[in-house]
Amino acid sequence: MITAVELGLIYAIMALGVYLTFRILNFPDLTVDGSFTTGAGVAAISIINGMPPVLATVLAFIAGMAAGAVTGLLHTKGKINGLLAGILTMIALYSINLRIMGKANLPLLREETLITPLREAGLLGGIGAIAIFLLVALAVKVVMDWFLHTDVGLAMQATGDNEQMIRSFGVSTDNQKILGLSLSNGLVALCGAFIAQYQGFADIGMGIGLILAGLASVIIGQAIFGTRLIWIATLAVVFGSVLYRVVIQLALEAGLKQTDMKLVSAVLVVMALLLPQWKVFARVGGLGKMKKSLTGAKG
Amino acid sequence: MLDIKNVHKTFFAGTVNERVALQDINLTLAAGEFVTVIGSNGAGKSTILNITSGKLRPDTGTVSIDGKDVTRLADHQRARFIGRVFQDPMAGTSPEMTIEENLAIAYERGKRRGLRPGVTRKKREFFKEELRSLELGLENRLKAKVGLLSGGQRQALSLLMATFSSPKILLLDEHTAALDPQRAELVSRLTAEVVDRHQLTTLMVTHNMEQALRLGTRLIMMHDGRIILDLDQEQKLKATVPDLLHEFEKIKGVVDDRTMLQ
Repeated sequence: MITAVELGLIYAIMALGVYLTFRILNFPDLTVDGSFTTGAGVAAISIINGMPPVLATVLAFIAGMAAGAVTGLLHTKGKINGLLAGILTMIALYSINLRIMGKANLPLLREETLITPLREAGLLGGIGAIAIFLLVALAVKVVMDWFLHTDVGLAMQATGDNEQMIRSFGVSTDNQKILGLSLSNGLVALCGAFIAQYQGFADIGMGIGLILAGLASVIIGQAIFGTRLIWIATLAVVFGSVLYRVVIQLALEAGLKQTDMKLVSAVLVVMALLLPQWKVFARVGGLGKMKKSLTGAKG
Repeated sequence: MLDIKNVHKTFFAGTVNERVALQDINLTLAAGEFVTVIGSNGAGKSTILNITSGKLRPDTGTVSIDGKDVTRLADHQRARFIGRVFQDPMAGTSPEMTIEENLAIAYERGKRRGLRPGVTRKKREFFKEELRSLELGLENRLKAKVGLLSGGQRQALSLLMATFSSPKILLLDEHTAALDPQRAELVSRLTAEVVDRHQLTTLMVTHNMEQALRLGTRLIMMHDGRIILDLDQEQKLKATVPDLLHEFEKIKGVVDDRTMLQ
């Protein structure tokens, strides 16, 4: 269970990236599945070639930003539907990731990584590691809170909310979307770099279906903790990510296989999307009580 | 200040739906001039605004603001010079953001946006002062989300956001049409005040002839993509709604436009 919390806190960085596109820009970005592996692959191959792990991790962030920028350019300048633009980049990244990594799996077990000091100090699997991962996740959250309240950040929020309005105040919505997608995928790739170092390998398939984990974290977290203010919404994303990993862990302990987890993720997202609708429905008229007991039973 | 020269605009050119929206439009606004535009549906009123704002590009002709040719600039590039209030009260503000955040966005019109905090204590004081002029009590609700406001309040806020950074041109696109009569009256009054206070060069489209006569320093009437009547301040003061209707009938020869214009 402690491993689940650790994972949840690391994956929270990815979830915050997904929050930036999905909630702030109102853009469902599927690039994530590819850019996560890009981050993991870039970090792994750099570390294997002797680069200091900090530098390798920064490089992963930059590679992720480039991937996001491609999706942004396809969508804004190429006028390609947002979902399709993300899918195109994601698929193209699969080949690129293999080129970067050279083979489908890169073990890091004997390399010096960012996690090595934690492992040697015996902190992994305990409160110490959780505290450190929590600090890292909260640091990313705080930076995002700050960014979203700067002049650029406000313009980005408005771009997702009312394009006509923000254009009438002299902001290029195209540039805002490209910037937002870059930052988002930068964070996703950063998360990929951390995960590769945490689990000791990068794998070409590690990003598959990850967008669902991101969406589940954002949606579950916000369904429980609310979205009224930015700092609450981002905190909800971090908690949502932990909660998601805990649920996955519980499902595993209940006897489901690792390979069933994509289905569990999909079902979680569907539930998180449907339940709030039922609640609204339940408030209307006499059907309310019946519906409430129904949703109560299922939730 | 605003110079529209020889502008033509045709929609769906070369198809069965081809429609000429503007024909050889020439319109010059001196600095501080407040022009009201009336005309029946499809006369080209909104097209003139959209050509000015950059949302549409003219097929031929040029648009200049303060002597600078802006014909080829996109809408967000021209926004530095142009404040705009839309017909839909929902269009001019961001509902998920707070009043002060909306104002902060408007405050930075056309400037380079960087990583400074959007809302500062100093700006907040300024916003309060400006909101007080609306007399709607919004100065006490800076942290309320704009989506919670009524249509009239949102339109008043849009008007403030469009004007308080003193743009060179103010465009009003039937901005009171979607409001109930009382709120429309309030926004009309605020419009007159704010244009006067900042001495804004203004182009206002309206369906309401009484409003077109009451507000502004000049009135133009459009029909079929042409300007068919241009009244200066003196003529406008003498004109009445029946006079305008009479003009319409003379041009169009169809009485049923009267219903459309009321």
